[in-house]
Amino acid sequence: MNDKAPSGAPVRVPRYSGSARINHWIMAIAFVILLLSGLSLFHPALFFLSGIFGGGAMVRWLHPWAGVVFALGFLMLFIRFLPANLPELTDFKWLAKIRYVVSGRDEFLPEVGKYNAGQKLVFWSQAALVPIMVVSGFALWTPGLDFLQSTFGIKATMDHRRLAAVVHAAAAVTTIVIWIVHVYAAIWVRGTLSAMIRGSVTGGWGWRHHRRWLKREVADGHVKSG
Amino acid sequence: MTTFQPLDIVRTSATVTTAPPAGRDVEVAKLIDVSKCIGCKACQSACLEWNDLREPVGTNLGVYDNPHDLTPNTWTLMRFTEWENPQSGNLEWLIRKDGCMHCEDPGCLKACPAPGAIVQYANCIVDFQHDACIGCGYCEKGCPFNIPRVSRIDNKAYKCSLCSDRLAIGQQPACAKACPTHAIMFGTKTEMLAQAEKNIGVLKTRGYSKAGLYNPPGVSGTHVMYVLHHADQPQLYAGLADNPSISPLVEAWKGIGKYAGMAVIGATALIGAFHYLVRGPNKVSAHDEDEAKRLAEAPK
Amino acid sequence: MTNSWTDIKNTDLVLIMGGNAAEAHPCGFKGVIEARNTRGAKLIVVDPRFTRSASVADYYAPIRQGTDIAFLLGVIKYCVENNKVQWEYVKNYTNASCIVKEGYGYQDGLFTGYDESKRDYNRGSWSYEMGEDGFVKVDDTLADPRCVWNLLKAHVAIYTPEMVERITGTPKDKFLYVAKAIAETSAPDKAMTSMYALGWTQHSKGSQNIRCMAMLQLILGNMGLRGGGMNALRGHSNIQGLTDIGLMSNLLPGYMTLPTDGDPDFATYASKRVFKPMRPGQVSFWQNYMKFFVSFQKTMFGAAATKDNNFAFDYLPKIDVPSYDMLRAFEMMHNGQMNGYFCQGFNPIQSAPNKAKIKAALGKLKFLVVMDPLKTETARFWEDHGEFNPSTPADVKTEVFELPTTCFAEDEGSLVNSSRWLQWHWAGATPPNETKSDVWIMAQLWKRLKALYEKEGGAFPDAIKALNWPYKNPDDPQPEEIAREMNGSVVEDVVDPNDPTKKLLEKGKQMAAFAALRDDGSTAAGCWIYTGCFTEAGNMMARRDTSDPDNTGAYSKWAFAWPANRRILYNRASADMAGKPWDPKRKIIEWDGAKWSGYDVPDIAPTAAPDKVMPFIMCEEGVGRLWVRGLMKDGPFPVHYEPFESPIDNPIAPKIRGNPAARVFKGDMEVFGTAKDYPYAAVTYRLTEHFHYWTKHNAVNATLQPEFFVEISEQLAAEKKITSGGWVRVWSMRGSVKAKAVVTKRIKPLICDGKTVHIVGIPIHWGFMGAAKKGFGANNLTPFVGDANIETPEFKAFLVDVEPIASGPVVS
Repeated sequence: MNDKAPSGAPVRVPRYSGSARINHWIMAIAFVILLLSGLSLFHPALFFLSGIFGGGAMVRWLHPWAGVVFALGFLMLFIRFLPANLPELTDFKWLAKIRYVVSGRDEFLPEVGKYNAGQKLVFWSQAALVPIMVVSGFALWTPGLDFLQSTFGIKATMDHRRLAAVVHAAAAVTTIVIWIVHVYAAIWVRGTLSAMIRGSVTGGWGWRHHRRWLKREVADGHVKSG
Repeated sequence: MTTFQPLDIVRTSATVTTAPPAGRDVEVAKLIDVSKCIGCKACQSACLEWNDLREPVGTNLGVYDNPHDLTPNTWTLMRFTEWENPQSGNLEWLIRKDGCMHCEDPGCLKACPAPGAIVQYANCIVDFQHDACIGCGYCEKGCPFNIPRVSRIDNKAYKCSLCSDRLAIGQQPACAKACPTHAIMFGTKTEMLAQAEKNIGVLKTRGYSKAGLYNPPGVSGTHVMYVLHHADQPQLYAGLADNPSISPLVEAWKGIGKYAGMAVIGATALIGAFHYLVRGPNKVSAHDEDEAKRLAEAPK
Repeated sequence: MTNSWTDIKNTDLVLIMGGNAAEAHPCGFKGVIEARNTRGAKLIVVDPRFTRSASVADYYAPIRQGTDIAFLLGVIKYCVENNKVQWEYVKNYTNASCIVKEGYGYQDGLFTGYDESKRDYNRGSWSYEMGEDGFVKVDDTLADPRCVWNLLKAHVAIYTPEMVERITGTPKDKFLYVAKAIAETSAPDKAMTSMYALGWTQHSKGSQNIRCMAMLQLILGNMGLRGGGMNALRGHSNIQGLTDIGLMSNLLPGYMTLPTDGDPDFATYASKRVFKPMRPGQVSFWQNYMKFFVSFQKTMFGAAATKDNNFAFDYLPKIDVPSYDMLRAFEMMHNGQMNGYFCQGFNPIQSAPNKAKIKAALGKLKFLVVMDPLKTETARFWEDHGEFNPSTPADVKTEVFELPTTCFAEDEGSLVNSSRWLQWHWAGATPPNETKSDVWIMAQLWKRLKALYEKEGGAFPDAIKALNWPYKNPDDPQPEEIAREMNGSVVEDVVDPNDPTKKLLEKGKQMAAFAALRDDGSTAAGCWIYTGCFTEAGNMMARRDTSDPDNTGAYSKWAFAWPANRRILYNRASADMAGKPWDPKRKIIEWDGAKWSGYDVPDIAPTAAPDKVMPFIMCEEGVGRLWVRGLMKDGPFPVHYEPFESPIDNPIAPKIRGNPAARVFKGDMEVFGTAKDYPYAAVTYRLTEHFHYWTKHNAVNATLQPEFFVEISEQLAAEKKITSGGWVRVWSMRGSVKAKAVVTKRIKPLICDGKTVHIVGIPIHWGFMGAAKKGFGANNLTPFVGDANIETPEFKAFLVDVEPIASGPVVS
């Protein structure tokens, strides 16, 4: 073993393909639209946000369609990322040491694969929340309701629609909280953003946060050295 | 329908700033004595004419109710119910003029997310301001009487304005003016309550011991009130709500919900910021990079 | 109406029977609600259907359509037996005490003198016993078995509550409840108002339906009183004006009659119309007939009507049949005997019975002129509208001229309402496009006809050539000019015979009242009952003064009521023999010892002593008629006759079908169905949302009631497997329609003569033109027969069958 540190630029490890990144960023844009437009109708103090889109009427039109885009994007992303997000024993070990995660002392955490348990939780919570948002969103969307009624004969009562409003709002708040965690984590954990921008991370990022994944990538010859 | 000035408004939808310091004007009210109504639909016709609205010619579904429901153009509708009174054995044909009740505590206004799209004037009329309406349909969910209808054509919500435009020039609502039997009366709420008292007295002498006024407390009273022969059973009249109030779901959504949601989101963001300040970024060290490089360069 | 819309509020009991005031007359109905809510008046509705009127009534009793006479005669029997009779009124103000001539009789549904082959009576025996003084014999004790009162008692004896139930289907307890409530108004200070309309007129015994109620009102002492009376709810806004002006083939304005071919000369004509009093001291107002007639002739022919030519009597046509009514006109058209037709404000292909016959008749015309503000079905009878009006236009040879006319809102003029008020109205809108007023079109026609007669001569050009045409612009006479002419004016000065320097009437001045009209040609009046509507003081019809001293409901300064601005007819009968009001709280007029005065114009000479001159001044007897001489074609008393198409045989005279004196044309009797083939009793009617066949052209009305439907009971629907809102076919012997079914609790089967009778309700408002959905006119089904006296078609009672069908009609 050579104890001397290798010099030169860090090795780069590919993490997301081009299509995965496009999928992600379409969702991201849709999400931001949903977030801003949704909040503008959620609380009067935020109604000013509707101005970004050209006013409340535009928001009323845009928000459901952005939701449709987001939901379809998520469906593709779900299929794409499902294998890497299957739960495993390590996830529970990782979670048991969550205090080291929060304090950023990764050296005390078990080696994880492509996704740690926190990332998997984001994935699975979205997998649960997106359908809830879609169903409740349809019940609040006049053209959506018309479509359901004319195509499937499904009719929502006024109480269904009222319930949908509450569910949609609650689910949206949860989604936003998770989204904040997701974005914060990407910013806090330096070197993460480049995975979704350049498609690759440095080897050191992989070594620090996803060592098992890095080893697998190296073993599979996906990492070019030098 | 903006015929009132800002200072005539006591409540406005989706507005966090303090309402203008308007005092209550004379409260107006429409009183509909169902026992004097002959179901002629003159009110419906007058409403269409005055507001210059037209409905497509529909079909007959085996009843006299036409159109079959309230629509963005039909702001008032006669609803017919054939009821066999189990006590007397007699048939009663109960005919009710449906339309906006102009609640003292309007659910539509509570639910509306568009600032100023729904207002309550100092005289208590609840009115839709179509310039500000965004067509989201939240008012439909807020209403305990199932009244507002959003147009599929211009995506604005519509309902009875209590002819606020006619009132502004000293006229009574078109329906009240057209009513041939004075079943629809219009005046101040005080006058109408007194009138109702009289009409209920007449009904009681005619043998309707349960006659009474429909001015539901669940919405703090309404500015369209009914005199009913069977005030103990409002639902007989084409499903008039027995005890209407703004749905608890709507209260949860547009009451505590909007504050709680904002608090949760804000708290999460604050925690993140605090965490960052305390912990700083989670950085990859040079050592990590070296370890990775060593791993990568290790012979296969 | 004998009273007025604004008088309804004064009543103690409103009986709506033979009408549906809330539905068809919603505006006037406010009076009923006011009476109910301010006076505590009761509202009773008797109708085959639980109507909109019934929805606000205190009591509802069902009745089978076409059986009202049995019901009312049953009520009369109830009143007589229970001594619910206003005796002072009956003894003095009716002909109860008059003695009827030996020879008159009634048995098994027929009066004496019936000739089955002619379907008519020889009415010779229907008259009074005359005394040597030339007056009718009376028995004030009502003991004489031949006096009217005793004949009446015998006549109604058969109409027991059980018989009433058997005929009408009204359960006995309900009948008795209604009878009792009605009978209570026999108290001198109580009044009942009878509100009726086409539910009584559109029967083969329509006139007798109304007469029967009039008899009951006399027995109860309710005629002439505030809150009483016989109140016909007229349909069109000016149908009252139509009859006043004499737009019937046998009438002249003011209920005068056209000469018949039995009146070859002026003297004969006069002798048959100037009625002398039949009781001493009575008015018999028709004694003045020739004053009105001559004044009318002066209006018509001006200077050409002179004493020497009997005031142009010979210019008038002499009618050769009882009347050229609508049914006869279409019968003749159908037979090829009439080949040109003017349809002015009339849509017969919708409104005349048996559409198939009407359509065939129109197709046989050489020309048809339709004057109407709307695109009527009649004008388009030749167009193909699929099942609604199948046609091959190329096969129709009739030339149709459609002349668009102004509607009432685009024109100035007067309308006469049910209260007999002539109300002036002003144009509210400009007539569209090439529209012209009816008057303009008529003026052009006359002008051109006159020119043709002048140029080419003809068999009898005189009447057309001599027609008085005094209008400023002969091409376009103005409504005000015509109104002034109708009122009448002075043609020649009339001086006081006692003081030749004093002019009683001054040439050129408007007449003030018909009492001053003269039979010497010195006055003119187009319609004597309207005289007073446009005087030297101006247009009385345009008055809009709402003052009404003591809230009597008279509103004497609002518009003008004929006759003589009198608001309640027979109002003399509101006071007793001493001239004091029966009910001091509802005084109309009162005798102060020297003259009559009060809130209304007295319907009697102002100085006529109350114990001498009786109130019913138009009758020769001076009193109301419980029994009538030969003036009704079908009998001195009403009799229950079944409709021509009836679900049961007549329980009181099983062999008689329909009204035995009603005219039936050859071929029409053959298309009357029987209960065996057509088991259900149908009735046609109107809905509030529509006005006849007009408002289906209006988008708003079309929305409120868009589609043709029929109404049936839940029981019949279950029996026939018909669902509410589904399609049904309804057919009679004459035609078939497809409609939506409205299954309702408001119609219930009745038990008549032991048989379950189902009722099918058919509203009339749909056709193949207009904004509403296309539909079938109810007249596809209705029978071609009218009332025996005035030929109003029997639209209210006929037979049909019903079946559910899978889908609606095919348009084309």
